[in-house]
Amino acid sequence: MEKLDQVFVHLKAAIVHLAGSFLPDWLVVIISILIPIVGIAMFGPVTMMYLTLIERKLLARIQNRLGPNRVGKFGLLQPLADGVKMLTKEDVVPTNADKIAHFLAPILIVIPALLVFAVIPFGRNMIAIDLNIGVLFFLAISATTTIFIFTAAWGSRNKFSLLGGMRSVAQMISYEIPFVLSAVPVFLITGTFSTAHIVEAQPGLHWFVWTPWGFVGFLIFFLCGVAECNRTPFDLPEAESEIIAGFHTEYSGMKFALFYMAEFMNVFTVSGLVVTLYLGGWQGPFLPSWIWFLIKTYVLILIMMWFRGTFPRVRIDQLMNFAWKFLLPLSLVNILATGVWYYLRAPLNFLISGLIVVIGFSFLMFVNRHSLPKKRIYRYA
Amino acid sequence: MDVLTLIAKFGIYFIFAFTLSAALLSVTVQNIFHAALGLAFALMGVAGVFFVLHADFLGAIQILLYVGAIMILLIFAVMLTSHIGDASVHTSNRQVYPAMILSLLLVYLLVRQIGKVTWQLKETLTSIDAVEIGKQLMGPYVLPFEIISVVLVVALIGTIVIARSDS
Repeated sequence: MEKLDQVFVHLKAAIVHLAGSFLPDWLVVIISILIPIVGIAMFGPVTMMYLTLIERKLLARIQNRLGPNRVGKFGLLQPLADGVKMLTKEDVVPTNADKIAHFLAPILIVIPALLVFAVIPFGRNMIAIDLNIGVLFFLAISATTTIFIFTAAWGSRNKFSLLGGMRSVAQMISYEIPFVLSAVPVFLITGTFSTAHIVEAQPGLHWFVWTPWGFVGFLIFFLCGVAECNRTPFDLPEAESEIIAGFHTEYSGMKFALFYMAEFMNVFTVSGLVVTLYLGGWQGPFLPSWIWFLIKTYVLILIMMWFRGTFPRVRIDQLMNFAWKFLLPLSLVNILATGVWYYLRAPLNFLISGLIVVIGFSFLMFVNRHSLPKKRIYRYA
Repeated sequence: MDVLTLIAKFGIYFIFAFTLSAALLSVTVQNIFHAALGLAFALMGVAGVFFVLHADFLGAIQILLYVGAIMILLIFAVMLTSHIGDASVHTSNRQVYPAMILSLLLVYLLVRQIGKVTWQLKETLTSIDAVEIGKQLMGPYVLPFEIISVVLVVALIGTIVIARSDS
């Protein structure tokens, strides 16, 4: 079990050792730097390819269809066929487009999506670089995505693209605030930004999600993460039925695929960060650490896809109300509950911090009762 | 290890060159959106310099605040200007030469003053983590910190008051 747990770490050590036997020292250093980079650069796109397949299969099952099942067994080779199609497709650039912005946006948008993989701890000792500001690095880098989405929208010179870009900027700015604030309780308890240390602070099954503040923080963080990835029910920037896919309306072929790649890699990394902060990262009994991490991350990804299959898209006012009137105050209340938890003893802290969270939640629900969607009764359906 | 030092030096100079050329691009380009994009790259380059100098926290904050927030505001401002797509936005006028003389004078003064300071060079770069910065902010520098917070809150409330034009 110990061997299986550290198999990738040993693999890297073996490669470095092998290289060290006949190569000069400086080249060995470069190789040991390149190994995690190459690993991530391969893992990210492959994950994206198969996430598209999983999503199509799952949505198909939810809608009582079969999904792709012609290319390979269970459609397992479908992503490869899609890739070939994307690469050989004609690259259409609108006549009036801003050529530079239109060309740069799909390339640039992949960079932050790949960079944030660096601070995700995939398993015990399996992190590309253990920055002491890990989570902050993640939040900062993922915040730059907005600019590139807007570049794409503006470069296309298309009304619908521009509308999508505007929506994206408004949405991401609004959800950034509860996103960051709902991560604060974890920093309060662990006293560090480092993702590796945060995981080590949740040994065994003592994940933060089992505490009152952790549960609320997890829900807020996950919902904001879904919104940051522009996924249903928060997919207003690329609403197919209203603004014809928003900021990537004017993209075709590989450029379009790059937007999808960035989106799915963001889905993976955001789920990975939620798992790291609240679900104990790679901690768990029996199984090797990296398997635990992948299981938890994929469960969250499947929940996101389940959202997409079942929820209707929210309206822009509902979206903004949800962020500013509900998530933001609730995350502030949650920080208070965490402070109380930190300073009280074992049975009492659970009670009082739970009470604060429950009262805060009910109060916010009461205050927001007018903005809640009405329950509809369909009499003839 | 000489080759590694060389590569590191090359990388640092690449970041410097990238930052400076992006900054130059942002003030010379005619298209206003390209200028904004250039500014974003220049700010990211500055963050890169912070990372190279082991000021991780400062680098992350630089990206989070300047690229993530202020650039978005700037782009919104660009959106609201007319002639957004015009390639003929004037980026200079008759005051360009006096302004150049003044700014060169300022650069000269700054460089001279910086040159006068005797910098203490340490053997190794030590990174100061966020915990230490937090302790400093809550300890010796608590008064400036609180004053800045109050100023920001006042600014925030002022913005909301201005934006609420209906009542």
